[in-house]
Amino acid sequence: MIRHHPSDELMLDYAAGSLGEASSLALATHLTLCPQCRAANQRLDAVGGNFFAHPVEGTPGQETLNSVMARISSEQAVPRAVAHPLHPALPQPLRLALGCDLDAVPWKRLGIDAYQCVISTRDKIATARLLRIPAGRPVPVHTHCGNELTLVLRGAFSDLTGNYTPGDFQEADDRLVHQPHAEPAEDCVCLAVTEAPLQFKSWAARIVQPFLGI
Amino acid sequence: MLFEFFAPRLRAFVSKPGADRSVIEDVVQETFVNIWRKAHLYDPEKASASTWIYTVARNARIDFLRKAVRPAVDLTDPVLAVDPIQNPQQQLSQAEEGVRLQRALASLPDKQREVLKLAFFADLAHAEIAKELKLPLGTVKSRIRLALGRMRMEFGEDES
Ligand SMILES: [Zn+2]
Repeated sequence: MIRHHPSDELMLDYAAGSLGEASSLALATHLTLCPQCRAANQRLDAVGGNFFAHPVEGTPGQETLNSVMARISSEQAVPRAVAHPLHPALPQPLRLALGCDLDAVPWKRLGIDAYQCVISTRDKIATARLLRIPAGRPVPVHTHCGNELTLVLRGAFSDLTGNYTPGDFQEADDRLVHQPHAEPAEDCVCLAVTEAPLQFKSWAARIVQPFLGI
Repeated sequence: MLFEFFAPRLRAFVSKPGADRSVIEDVVQETFVNIWRKAHLYDPEKASASTWIYTVARNARIDFLRKAVRPAVDLTDPVLAVDPIQNPQQQLSQAEEGVRLQRALASLPDKQREVLKLAFFADLAHAEIAKELKLPLGTVKSRIRLALGRMRMEFGEDES
């Protein structure tokens, strides 16, 4: 039973297409595990479709049509079905990003008794990684200067904000000082997305740019 | 038909002040080619044509304008969780869903609708919307939550 879901503003950014790759990975993974948010996401897509259905002035453009027709006729339609393993452990967006399933994750030691695997993405603002915290152990102290998203995949963790089990989604900003602990029953595996503070400058520049008209 | 109806909308959707005309043209073309490529994936029971075209256009915009990747759910994934309590008879038809959505959107105060419009049409994340409107981040978040809460109410889902 999933009790912790992504916030409305994160769901909106995802549906509108403005959420970065690493955070979108956490959203897509949660949506795979949560039918309720999947329905909400479909509805947000329909909001986009609704704004899209309003009339707009302008000509279709014959040249555009010609180019599209030329591209289509030079292509063969090949419906590509994705081949899935028989009993995968991780949701497909995560398997795709990792290039493997949970049993083959190339874990690297993090601190004394925790493990991590950084997931390579093209995201310049945020970093996605898998964390594995041994049963009953605290999550290693980490500084997050920006927002942090955590999605439980195996086991469970708790902190002062509650108890998080598989599928649960936590959003923390830099004001939350928390010390999560893995529950004692089994190791906790989660997907963690953190904003990389070193990239902050270029990120700020990208936001300011459109308003300066550069 | 489809082309004549959607080409001007697509161009408006992609256009941003200062955007390169040839890039806009690329996104519009790519969207139509992808509509053709992925036609077998479209299920009219699940989404209206404009919703489906919106999602294809959004993905093309992310690809060409943001040069980014957008992970998405794969509905054929064996890991996909299905709702155990959902009664198929309670499932609304696509047309009924559309009517309720229109009603919810029409009932929103202008300030809330403006935020949704900026999110979908100006390609701005909620933090960027706050800067654009010179509003505190919390104000934008609460407008989003009120708007989405109104939609949940229209679909008979409790506020949580
Ligand atoms: Zn959820």
